[in-house]
Amino acid sequence: MFDIFQRLGASTLGILERLGRGATFLINILISLPTVLVRPRLLITQMFSIGVLSFSLIVISGLFVGMVLALQGFYTLSDFGAEGMLGVMVAASLVRELGPVVTGLLFAGRAGSALTAEIGLMKATEQLSGMEMMAVDPVARIITPRFLAGLISMPLLATLFTSVGVLGGYFIGVGLLGIDEGGYWSQMQSKIDFHQDIMNGLIKSVVFGWVVTWIAVFEGYDAIPTSEGVSRATTRTVVHSAFAILLLDFILTALMFGDV
Amino acid sequence: MTDTASLIKIRDVHFSRGSKLIFDGINMDIHRGKVTAIMGPSGTGKTTLLKLIGGQLVPSAGSIEVDGQNIHQLKHKQLYQLRKRMGMLFQSGALLTDITVFDNVAFPLREHTNLSESMIRHLVLMKLQAVGLRGARDLMPAELSGGMARRVALARAIALDPMMIMYDEPFTGQDPISLGVLVQLIKQLNDALGLSSIVVSHDVKETCLIADYVYLVSGGKVVEHGSPEQLTNSDSQWSQQFMKGMADGPVPFHYEAKDYVEDLLGLQS
Amino acid sequence: MRISRSIEIWVGFFVAIGFVAMFFLSMQVSNLSSISGEPGYDITASFENVGSLKVRAPVAMAGVDIGRVTAIDFDPKSFEAVVTMSIESKYSELPSDSNASILTAGLLGEQYVGLEPGGEEELLEDGSEIEMTQSALVLEKIIGQFLFSSDAEE
Repeated sequence: MFDIFQRLGASTLGILERLGRGATFLINILISLPTVLVRPRLLITQMFSIGVLSFSLIVISGLFVGMVLALQGFYTLSDFGAEGMLGVMVAASLVRELGPVVTGLLFAGRAGSALTAEIGLMKATEQLSGMEMMAVDPVARIITPRFLAGLISMPLLATLFTSVGVLGGYFIGVGLLGIDEGGYWSQMQSKIDFHQDIMNGLIKSVVFGWVVTWIAVFEGYDAIPTSEGVSRATTRTVVHSAFAILLLDFILTALMFGDV
Repeated sequence: MTDTASLIKIRDVHFSRGSKLIFDGINMDIHRGKVTAIMGPSGTGKTTLLKLIGGQLVPSAGSIEVDGQNIHQLKHKQLYQLRKRMGMLFQSGALLTDITVFDNVAFPLREHTNLSESMIRHLVLMKLQAVGLRGARDLMPAELSGGMARRVALARAIALDPMMIMYDEPFTGQDPISLGVLVQLIKQLNDALGLSSIVVSHDVKETCLIADYVYLVSGGKVVEHGSPEQLTNSDSQWSQQFMKGMADGPVPFHYEAKDYVEDLLGLQS
Repeated sequence: MRISRSIEIWVGFFVAIGFVAMFFLSMQVSNLSSISGEPGYDITASFENVGSLKVRAPVAMAGVDIGRVTAIDFDPKSFEAVVTMSIESKYSELPSDSNASILTAGLLGEQYVGLEPGGEEELLEDGSEIEMTQSALVLEKIIGQFLFSSDAEE
């Protein structure tokens, strides 16, 4: 019976150990940031594979989410005779919540898992070890550019998602469902506050970008260098990122919008 | 063998991985300008030894001196400086898979020197010529055979003109021709460039062709050492079994098991 | 290692379009255009009860937005709420005896400050205080009054 407690204790210690390793790893990444900034080539290459290649996924998802929001919102709001508020509803949902969160989840699935797999594979084929022996710091050369690229790409992608979503809502709401065009935008403009809503949404996406990219590169770097180990690390990235995003979203929402 | 002739001095090194004791007080001298072979059965931690020498792993006791410096007491910067003078050839080549052969060999030059691109191009072509792969410079690592990948890795290892090269199982899984090429390259480079080479392997035949000195390692200690001829004619039964590749001897053929007849007849022992 | 030009171009495009989206959100979707650095002057007004009025709520006259609430403080001497408002400079000719009420937009909407003009020739300036104020209607009090008055009739 005490076996359960023992295993619980062991896994808690294991979690703490990983957290500690992850934190040390993050500090190493931050320390090598200056060296990456003087070599923009590394950063740009990574921004391409992380940001640009996620572009179509995010834009298409954003469009559909916006359109569905308009569709669903319209039917609910008509019960209260409040169709005119459709613009606000779509925009508020996207800017405050769906933009950062859904983009974060998609990002974790597409870019995060790719990062983990790539780094894990480099570890398994001894490329990271080889670099160390060639007196090149693998963290500065491989990890930090990817971290920075993820950190920059996430807010850009989230903003794109939100904008396209609002446009999608416009197409459905005004184009299909016949809501007044002027009303759609003007209600939105009067109710969506730049500081309160847009800036906070941006802050959320930066936080998510930080956390997801950190988890992705850490899992890759820490992976067991076998094919099974890499595949498990990739799964962990997606799962842990999802938990982290949803948890942080709750905390940030409570802090930011708590006294609305 | 005077002290200055030893490039690397390994003294009383102990190392464990988890609960498994890998090295139990091992002593070795790697001499300058010579090809030193470290041989032993699989799993004795020969690769671990290379990582200890390179400073990637830290022994729990004992010391390793490389060119007069205790490698585990060096600060980060000094360690990296020392590593630039050490070349290492990994078992799989460990080439960076997302860049061409040319860029792989140019990698250490671009990272550690401020040489112009044209100078780098000259150096890279020279190194590739030395291993016979100058024409393959625009291929990607995925397009190379195992033997070619190792040769490219070798060209990369000598890019900064190091003072020594460590070879981790260079002969494993190679076809006879690649084998012949590699053996020849290791010896030629060692002599032509005045390098000191450490070859970790369990391919007795190939290694003895080029080794000047051999260490036989087993059970975490040096079992015997000497020139290849000395070891082939050694008195130790174990060394004899290893060098000649005999199926049975001090290292038994049968894994520990019950008496055969009893096992077959299902009798309790 | 030279990166191909197309990669550089794509990354540049990506970053540029990200900024365009940001600009779109700020201008078209939010109220940035109406609070973007219009110069203004500050006036104050004291209320018994500000209800659910918030900072950055609009200040309107005749239904037109002319400013924003910039601060809400409590005066421990008069036990009233002091609301500071920033009025856009172009509306500099408001009579000093205008009154301020806290109104609700729609039935259940947000609260804002509504100004009604008075008749004085003297004008409100930076730092002026509006004397006549009408507090927010607190729903519970109204319901309470209604209940008590219907009780009293019985």
